Amino acid sequence: MSRLQIRDVSVLYPGVNGGEAVTALSGININIEPGEFVVALGASGCGKTTLLNLMAGFIQPSDGYLTLGDSSIAGLPRVACGLDLKDQISGPGKDRGVVFQKHALLPWLNVLENAAFGLKLQGVGEKERKARAADYLKLVGLEDFHNHPVYQLSGGMQQRVGIARALTNDPHMLLLDEPLGALDALTREVLQELLLDVWQETQKMMFFITHSVEEALFMASRLIIMSPRPGRITHEFPLEFNKIFLENRDARKVKSMPEFIAMREKVLGIIHGDEVAGGGLH
Amino acid sequence: MNQTTAATTPVNTEASFNTVVKPTILKRCLSIFAAGPVKPGESYGAPGQGKSLAISLFTTAMLIGIWYIATYFQWVKPLFLPSPGAVVMRFWEVATEGFANATLLEHTGWSMMRVFSAFLLALVTAVPIGIFMGVNRIARGIFDPIIEFYRPLPPLAYLPLVIIWLGIGEVSKIVLIYLAIFAPMALSARAGVKSVAMEQIHAAYSMGGSRWQVIRHIILINALPEILTGMRIGIGFGWTTLVAAEMVAAQAGLGFMVLNAAEFLVTDIVIMGIIVIGIIAYLFDMLMRYLEKKLVPWKGR
Repeated sequence: MSRLQIRDVSVLYPGVNGGEAVTALSGININIEPGEFVVALGASGCGKTTLLNLMAGFIQPSDGYLTLGDSSIAGLPRVACGLDLKDQISGPGKDRGVVFQKHALLPWLNVLENAAFGLKLQGVGEKERKARAADYLKLVGLEDFHNHPVYQLSGGMQQRVGIARALTNDPHMLLLDEPLGALDALTREVLQELLLDVWQETQKMMFFITHSVEEALFMASRLIIMSPRPGRITHEFPLEFNKIFLENRDARKVKSMPEFIAMREKVLGIIHGDEVAGGGLH
Repeated sequence: MNQTTAATTPVNTEASFNTVVKPTILKRCLSIFAAGPVKPGESYGAPGQGKSLAISLFTTAMLIGIWYIATYFQWVKPLFLPSPGAVVMRFWEVATEGFANATLLEHTGWSMMRVFSAFLLALVTAVPIGIFMGVNRIARGIFDPIIEFYRPLPPLAYLPLVIIWLGIGEVSKIVLIYLAIFAPMALSARAGVKSVAMEQIHAAYSMGGSRWQVIRHIILINALPEILTGMRIGIGFGWTTLVAAEMVAAQAGLGFMVLNAAEFLVTDIVIMGIIVIGIIAYLFDMLMRYLEKKLVPWKGR
């Protein structure tokens, strides 16, 4: 297992029609250790998704670099900025599975084929890839839906397929971009518990984006709070509510613990303070 | 007490119903734009919902009826508008005895050969080029000005040039139709490529897909609905160009038959030819729609 490192990363988006450049992220430094469940929380526009896209290798930083173990995901260390090293930037790769807010499943494939799609791209034979996909579909509770067209499933089930698809590839880490944001409150709670179970079972590194404070506190083993203009990390908290849940299996009890409520108030205070300051700029 | 109220209330409501509801003619005319009550399975306010097949059949029957009546009472001279009966007679006559040294089947066969060769030729060239334009900026830079320049030109404008270059044989006829089909098919394929969702591409890359795999497994399949639409539009342009293609030195063909009949003022053959072309094009479009349903049931999902 290897850690994900982010060093001095900034992202500047050039201004539209000669307008001012926008600093989406500024001076980001974090490590994500094996087995961690890191949740990024913040208001819209604080650069959460930009950070995730960097980790996935979909975009390049204007400054700084990201590495996973020995391989470079995006950007290069300043000392090694030679042109010949550009080839060593891996970009997106199967070591980092992504679950999107909009499920991004392929409507022409059924549930099983969608879950097995990553293995198909890697040339794994049909029988084996379907067997492996079936294992993960069972893990997310979809063992009876193998042959359904994905566009006939509910939003929650589509997201389950998305999670199974990312897991089937057996990545080092999962990047989850507000995967539960579009779901109803009940489905959302069910999938929160499911994701924690998956985390416990597979011991994968997780990077999870949300703008729900309660969800962030419940899921995270480390919470990072981000703030906009420019996007940066302002606070970090180690948390253990997820471990408490995995022991007692009672989400309502965890979410009504005095410590949970106190933490929620604290985090809400931080975020609201930011929003007032941010709002003042308009 | 109870009995009297029960007896009087319905009378009262009926009276008030009769007095209140009397829309003006203007309101009645505008009411087709108002959202009305819906049947089960329909959603309130959705534009143009409901079945229209019966209305289409009625319209067709009405047109033929008016045509029949207008000719029966001699409102128009047969030279300008022959009767439906005369057209059917001509259909039978041309089908069995032929016109201008060829039977109807031969005319139809030649035309279909020209249109469908051009269509197949366009299918194997325009679709790959359109996809290439979608995924590669150099290909787009090369083909975009060429296609966008010639696309709005009427085929009759470059017909003389095609004949000077390629002669008066079959090649020039097929090329003329091919050019008409090529542009809409290539542009549809390109639009299909552009319509792919970025998340699907990103998902494939983060599952270890190569660029070629992303094109093959994501982009091409995503473009399929638009490619099929492009085929439908393209073949339509093909039939539109048929008459122009058969203007010069054709020995047979539906377009040639119509033009030849027009020269001798045989109006019933002109109308019969038009109807035959229309029916063939319509049948092919139905086949394409059926294919669309079978091949891309996920379209728009």
